[in-house]
Amino acid sequence: MSAVTATIRQVRPRPGFGALRAVLGNRKALVGSVLLALFVVLAAVPGWIAPYDPTAEIFQPALGPSSQHYFGTTAYGQDVYSQLVWGTRQSLLIAFAVGGLATVLAVLIGVSAAYLGGLSDGVLSLVTDVILVIPIFPLVIVLAAYEKNAGFTTLVVVLGAFGWSYGARQLRSQTLSMRNRDFLQAARVRGERKLYVIVYEILPTMTSLIVATFLGAALYAVLTAAGLQFVGLGDPNSLSWGTMLYWAENNEALGAGMVWWAIMPGVCVALLGAAFALLNYAFDEVSNPALRKPRKVTRG
Amino acid sequence: MRFVVRRLVFFVITLWAAVTANFLIPRLMPGDPALAMMARYRGRVNPQALHSLEIAFGVNNHQGLVAAYFAYLGNILRGHFGVSLTFFPEQVSHEVFQALPWTIALVGVTTVLAFVFGTLIGLLGAWRRGGMLDSALPPIFVITSAFPYFWLALISIWLFAIKLDWFPASGGYDVTTKEGWTWAFASDAVRHSILPALTILLTSIGAWILTMRNNTISVLSEDYVRMARAKGLSPWRVMWTYAGRNAILPNLTGFAMSLGFVVSGAILVEFVYNYPGVGWMFLQSVENQDYALMQALFLMIIICVLTAILIADAATAILDPRTRDSR
Repeated sequence: MSAVTATIRQVRPRPGFGALRAVLGNRKALVGSVLLALFVVLAAVPGWIAPYDPTAEIFQPALGPSSQHYFGTTAYGQDVYSQLVWGTRQSLLIAFAVGGLATVLAVLIGVSAAYLGGLSDGVLSLVTDVILVIPIFPLVIVLAAYEKNAGFTTLVVVLGAFGWSYGARQLRSQTLSMRNRDFLQAARVRGERKLYVIVYEILPTMTSLIVATFLGAALYAVLTAAGLQFVGLGDPNSLSWGTMLYWAENNEALGAGMVWWAIMPGVCVALLGAAFALLNYAFDEVSNPALRKPRKVTRG
Repeated sequence: MRFVVRRLVFFVITLWAAVTANFLIPRLMPGDPALAMMARYRGRVNPQALHSLEIAFGVNNHQGLVAAYFAYLGNILRGHFGVSLTFFPEQVSHEVFQALPWTIALVGVTTVLAFVFGTLIGLLGAWRRGGMLDSALPPIFVITSAFPYFWLALISIWLFAIKLDWFPASGGYDVTTKEGWTWAFASDAVRHSILPALTILLTSIGAWILTMRNNTISVLSEDYVRMARAKGLSPWRVMWTYAGRNAILPNLTGFAMSLGFVVSGAILVEFVYNYPGVGWMFLQSVENQDYALMQALFLMIIICVLTAILIADAATAILDPRTRDSR
């Protein structure tokens, strides 16, 4: 008996290594994590990487790319490359903050709706569905229009408060499908409290779905924040890719030959978004074995 | 039938929530922008315009919040959105209906196209697992779906309108062409819509491909597909009537959810191309602080999204007998 449990313990891989192996074994996950790691480094120590002060208007305006200025300078004589490096921080912070907030809300609302059932489920599901179909972006625009230049906190709170519904819905149906599994019945028979069951029995089985919720919300936050800043509803003095695009568009950078000024912030948004999307897609494959590439069977 | 009724009830509840949010947001924001704005406009615009603002916000000094709310609901129900400040003395509703056909033509057509082509490509990709289509397209579209719509719009203007001069860079039609139901105007409008349409198509098609591909892969391992194959049905028939028909159902539900995303993108695309639709007018009204127009357009966007979702629901009810019978 004890020998059997011992072998089971041995066979079960350590969780940290399992995740690492999954990332290394999946090309999409690998590309996604490398991209994300790169941006995290840029966001953490922009001062070490960027050659110049991003706001200093000290260079000749509208320079082309050179070894001094990799992506040229803006119409105000700022270094585009330095602005890109410094702008990473805000996009990444928004992504993580919104992702975190939305995930917490999604778990709270989705799991409790399924686990409580009855009227609470009815009300919570209705709220989830309503928020799911109301387009968030126009709503954020309306809020920003009254707020006059949405700052960082407004963006995070609003995007987080409306970005949880998709995850909540998936978590709810996942929880529902598990409600009558044996291990939950066992916990109930043991007389565990509801909170214990939810936190220690249900949540660990849904790790991949929770991660997917986070990644989806983060991707949405990056794109929405950039869009909002681009139309001029963000803080025009903030250092971010969306704000860079706003100023580039205002100065007609593409028509005036400052092509890199308008292209590179978009490339950065797209790359960060792609990092989240690739990781999300890879997690889908890890949690759903049917989607993995069919292994070539070698016949002996 | 119960399915349809349930969805109709949901439609009404969501609409009510949106209208209520529209009423409450200007009041709950710090400093009460509604009152602040009324104070700003007093004396600057004529009493008629001021009254229209009162209608738009439900602001009336003699009423409490609850009474103002019901007065506001009544006005909305009768289609009274007040007068636009930008297009004074036009009614807001008049302006909204000017912009609506442009958006429905552009966003509606591209969304349907993206759905149809995306679903087809996803189905074919999953059917020939590991083939050319399947190995090349999904990774590409994972990345394009992360592109910001507006940035892709900027790049295509630069490339196709400025550099190559194939398409006009902005607007919905040439100002020199006379507006009307003529061939010249129609072809001109189409020429102006190609770039925005391609932008929306390219960024939104990826999601359909990926979900349809994943649905099909799950469906292909079902017993009824194996059964169909065992019966010796032609692969074509197995793909369409067994795998495809079942895999498309979750995609239709997904349609409802991702529509909000497409609409958000379309607003920005219209903005970049100066396309005279609802999204462009919406951002113009924000810029001009024409709050009456802004709120009416916000409601209009939500009504459009909800209507499209109802259509998707109806399609689900037609394609999936389970929704008709049991629920």
